[in-house]
Amino acid sequence: MIEAWRRAGRGNLVPILTVLLIIIGLWYLGAIRMNAQWERDQAARAGIELSLPELVSRTLSQDRPVLPAPHQVAEGLWQGVAGQAVTSRRSLVWHGWVTLSATLAGFAIGTAAGIVLAVGIVHSRAMDQSVMPWAVASQTVPILAIAPMVIVVLASIGVTGLLPKAIIAAWLSFFPVLVGMVKGLRTPDAMQLDQMRSWSAGRGRTFWHLRLPSSLPYLFASLKVAIAAALVGTIVGELPAGATAGLGARLLSGSYYGQTVQIWSALFAAAILAATLVAIVGLLERATLKRMGLAR
Amino acid sequence: MDASPLPRNAAIAPAAPVIEARGVSLTFQTADGPVHALKDVDLSIGRGEFVSFIGPSGCGKTTFLRSIAALEAPTGGTLRVNGMAPDAARRARAYGYVFQAPGLYPWRTIAGNISLPLEIMGFSRAERAERIARVLDLVELSGFGAKFPWQLSGGMQQRASIARALAFDADILLMDEPFGALDEIVRDRLNEALLELWRKTGKTIGFVTHSIPEAVYLSTRIVVMSPRPGRITRVIESTLPAERPLDIRDTPEFIALAHEVREGLREGHAHD
Repeated sequence: MIEAWRRAGRGNLVPILTVLLIIIGLWYLGAIRMNAQWERDQAARAGIELSLPELVSRTLSQDRPVLPAPHQVAEGLWQGVAGQAVTSRRSLVWHGWVTLSATLAGFAIGTAAGIVLAVGIVHSRAMDQSVMPWAVASQTVPILAIAPMVIVVLASIGVTGLLPKAIIAAWLSFFPVLVGMVKGLRTPDAMQLDQMRSWSAGRGRTFWHLRLPSSLPYLFASLKVAIAAALVGTIVGELPAGATAGLGARLLSGSYYGQTVQIWSALFAAAILAATLVAIVGLLERATLKRMGLAR
Repeated sequence: MDASPLPRNAAIAPAAPVIEARGVSLTFQTADGPVHALKDVDLSIGRGEFVSFIGPSGCGKTTFLRSIAALEAPTGGTLRVNGMAPDAARRARAYGYVFQAPGLYPWRTIAGNISLPLEIMGFSRAERAERIARVLDLVELSGFGAKFPWQLSGGMQQRASIARALAFDADILLMDEPFGALDEIVRDRLNEALLELWRKTGKTIGFVTHSIPEAVYLSTRIVVMSPRPGRITRVIESTLPAERPLDIRDTPEFIALAHEVREGLREGHAHD
């Protein structure tokens, strides 16, 4: 493990750090430039002249900057994670958990739906022709338009909380699973299928012993896309109808009150959460495929 | 030296052929019109025979083998395997089929791969273990059961796939260019091992190949086929003894047979 890091480090660390530093540098420049106007206006109103160092230091420490500086976002993130009791309404851990639970529920529903539909599509020509167009159509509708409807309709029949958000998350995450699994379940070649026929294996056996194991590399690739999509779906589901919990609600209340640091902190929390989830799926993928002799 | 071209067990064979084709035709409908993959093929194969099918691509040798295995449906004529229609014969586990590629599942061990058809056919765990051990021994892979396919060479993988085809005690072994993808040296060894296995088990073997020496070395009968339409042009009875060391290929008898096969192949191409 350490050896691997060291090997990776020798070749890659310098370019990775260079890109990171460039991004942070550009971010600081952007923050100074975008926040400067307000400082100049303030100074003009107060009738004082700002030196350049003064201007720069002020632009990087505003309460409600147009663009918060990296260290402000880092501090906001740190405050949100470590500076609060995890049960507090100001804790990013608490909001993150609300979002995570709906994400995982939606991911589970979406994955199950994607797999079931793919199995149907692979085994039935009629389903292939009738379901696939609708699946594609479902993804062309902007989720921003669908999400409020789902929330409102479900709320009107008394369903609130985790489930409506999970449904929106599932809406986004079933599609990559469906496409990946259809492709994966169809990977066995003619010879492998003939082999099964020569043993008088029915569809069920062929599915269980051949199609399903063959599809796993495709499934895992899809799951990585699906779990990130589920997180996006959940956050979008938290935006409408004045939700009060979750990273999406954090984004929304931040924008209501001009709390840009809060918005950016929530954004980064979501990004970190997504990266972690994708990485976990990646680890499962590597372990499983290695065990199955399918790793490349 | 035993001069009989047939193995010992041929003596106990009943008169009825194991595989019998009468006027078998198979026409594929394609966008460019019908393709006659097989036309009026008559052939009967007795119990314990080793029959090779040889010919250029498109001559229907693989199609004929696949028809016997009910992987293709002839459009004309009758085809009986053990006196049954091919698909009934398949359900009765009449044959094992060996494809050109081993087709072993990477997520199963060698023993697990051999176990697969047995699981599908509903053999008990104990019986599976017993059969796996027996067929691994038969193809000289004892001790490799716990290995995964990628840990074995190509030749060993193909032997494992033959073991898998033998595991459920089919009387007929159908082999579609099983050694076509292997190098000459491995191929020689496997040919020797296959003959040995055939002598030990007394199976009826149908063997598709591109190689004249392979066909002559292995077979009791060589069926030469030719394309457009796919048909049998010559059936050559082998005069070689049942006991065949590899250097039999240098004997005048072997060379004469190989020459006859080559003649047969050329004949089929005469009007091309």
